[in-house]
Amino acid sequence: MITHPDQHQAASQSTPPPPLLEVKNLTTEFSTYAGTLRAVDGVSLSLSPGEVFGVVGESGSGKSVTALSIMGLIRRPGRIVSGSVQLRDHGDLLTKSHADMRKIRGDLISMIFQEPMTSLNPVFRVGWQIAEALRLHRNMTKPEAAEQAVELLDRVGIGSPRQRAREFPHQLSGGMRQRVMIAMAMACAPSLLLADEPTTALDVTVQAQILDLMIQLKDRDGAAILLITHDMGVIAEMAQKVAVMYAGVVMEEAAVGDLFDNPMHPYTQGLLDSIPHGTSRGKALKAIPGIVPNLLHLPTGCRYRDRCPAAHAPCARAEPPLHQMSGTTHRVRCWLHHPEPPK
Amino acid sequence: MSDISAKQSELAEAAPDIPARQSLFARLRKNRLSLFGGFLVLISVFMALSAPYLPLQDPNAVDTSVRLSAIGTPGHLLGTDELGRDIMSRLFWGARITLTVSLAATLIAMITGTILGLVSGYFLGWTDTVISRGVDVLMAFPYFLLALTVIAILGPGLLNGMLAIALVNVPFFARIIRGSTLSLRESDFVLAAKGMGAGHTRILFRHILLNSLSTLVVATTINLGFMITAAAALSFLGLGVQPPTSDWGTMLASGRQYLSAAPHTSYLPGLAIFLTVLGFNLLGDGLRDALDPRMRDS
Repeated sequence: MITHPDQHQAASQSTPPPPLLEVKNLTTEFSTYAGTLRAVDGVSLSLSPGEVFGVVGESGSGKSVTALSIMGLIRRPGRIVSGSVQLRDHGDLLTKSHADMRKIRGDLISMIFQEPMTSLNPVFRVGWQIAEALRLHRNMTKPEAAEQAVELLDRVGIGSPRQRAREFPHQLSGGMRQRVMIAMAMACAPSLLLADEPTTALDVTVQAQILDLMIQLKDRDGAAILLITHDMGVIAEMAQKVAVMYAGVVMEEAAVGDLFDNPMHPYTQGLLDSIPHGTSRGKALKAIPGIVPNLLHLPTGCRYRDRCPAAHAPCARAEPPLHQMSGTTHRVRCWLHHPEPPK
Repeated sequence: MSDISAKQSELAEAAPDIPARQSLFARLRKNRLSLFGGFLVLISVFMALSAPYLPLQDPNAVDTSVRLSAIGTPGHLLGTDELGRDIMSRLFWGARITLTVSLAATLIAMITGTILGLVSGYFLGWTDTVISRGVDVLMAFPYFLLALTVIAILGPGLLNGMLAIALVNVPFFARIIRGSTLSLRESDFVLAAKGMGAGHTRILFRHILLNSLSTLVVATTINLGFMITAAAALSFLGLGVQPPTSDWGTMLASGRQYLSAAPHTSYLPGLAIFLTVLGFNLLGDGLRDALDPRMRDS
């Protein structure tokens, strides 16, 4: 029997390892007195082990809500309406019980939060807080966990870790606290790390150190990172794939080089244009006019239409789908790049 | 990266050795007023503890030949009451009852109120509705009327009096703890703890409760002072401790009838109540400052 060359090719293409995390059509709503708003509206993402996936967007674009939805930490009045979050070997996280999710959180998936100043409990010594993660998931005795916590502090680059472990959060600087948060998140060597603007609250020199540290730890443990930020520079430095979010939907998704070299969506172009360059000295900074629309009153058609310099007739008629450009992994939600825009 | 952390560790080692934390007492000592409060509390605690071991007369020994003798009478340093009982001895033995009753009542109220407050503030929804409305009902009664009602149902006596004033004070703790739970449950570190896989019990009784602890300590010490007056008031009305046992409240009540002839029979127990309550309040304030982790370094 002769195998058809096309069939053979198809078989070899189907072998790449299954994604570590596959989010499909995730929709999260918040009920408010003014109405129900969709903070995340049909977001799909997929992460492979060892990959850094960047999510960028302005404030209020649904980045953090996406991360919290994956963690199962959406609180009332918010709720996940539909979609699935498949974690490799563990099935759909959205159907798990509270008890099962508790075992997964902190062990298989960890999260680093934006505010290192307030994300540590002020009344516990930092060593204790790191040890708590270990004791929750690793069944360690107190002294074992405390010893391990000192080791973790050392690993995240904190000098004299044994002494620091006995200190309270207020005795540490912002950068050190974020290192402690990373030590807590990495304590159980999770396979997925959700980093929600991990460097936004830190000054620039410390930012670089923290990003370096995350890369080091990722390479060591083989974790995948979902990196949420509004800083295109951070994305360029860290990520392999990027999704650009706007008002709860993914507008464009591509490999990082592709996105920076060939941004297709007018919104992505606007974001990239608003980064100051050396040549822009003395000129006014570029900004995208307008603000993120109120999620309760989205414009009809494309939700970026109001602010878009390239808006034209089809944009008002229908919301464009996330269209995959042929032959690439580049996907974009814009009628300009769609083969059949509505007439 | 590695040379940065090396530099950091050099810096840390070069820094002078700052004591990681001062003892609670050392921090408390800086506040003279609360130190004075602590001193007053210590005196009454000493009186309560030492009563059986000191060469005091029998507090209930009646001797009508020395009725209402003045302060400084030989053999009766603080005088005697209307039945000729030694006031000093009765103050010492009365401290035992007064302090035990108020301490036990405070503990009962604190534990019950704290659990109710934590649960209602954390879970919200119908749990909160049920608990908070129950607390509101308790608070709607004038507090002494409620205590009297409880005693009317259970009957007068030491234990029932204690339960009555404990019940009256449950809303005080439930409200305070519910309030701090409401704000703490939204804090980033609670979210971070959830993200680490901590369950409700751990979050409630470690992360939230320990952050409310300084509030709770202050509330408890101030409430202790209040409980002492409440216990004394019940005894004053004859609904608490029953004769022949007596506490400061009953002493005050019996001395009242001889206010003009022998004022010391009422002002001595009155003074004891006043100073102890003052002591607990001053101590409570000082403890709040001393327990605040943000003030530890200053």
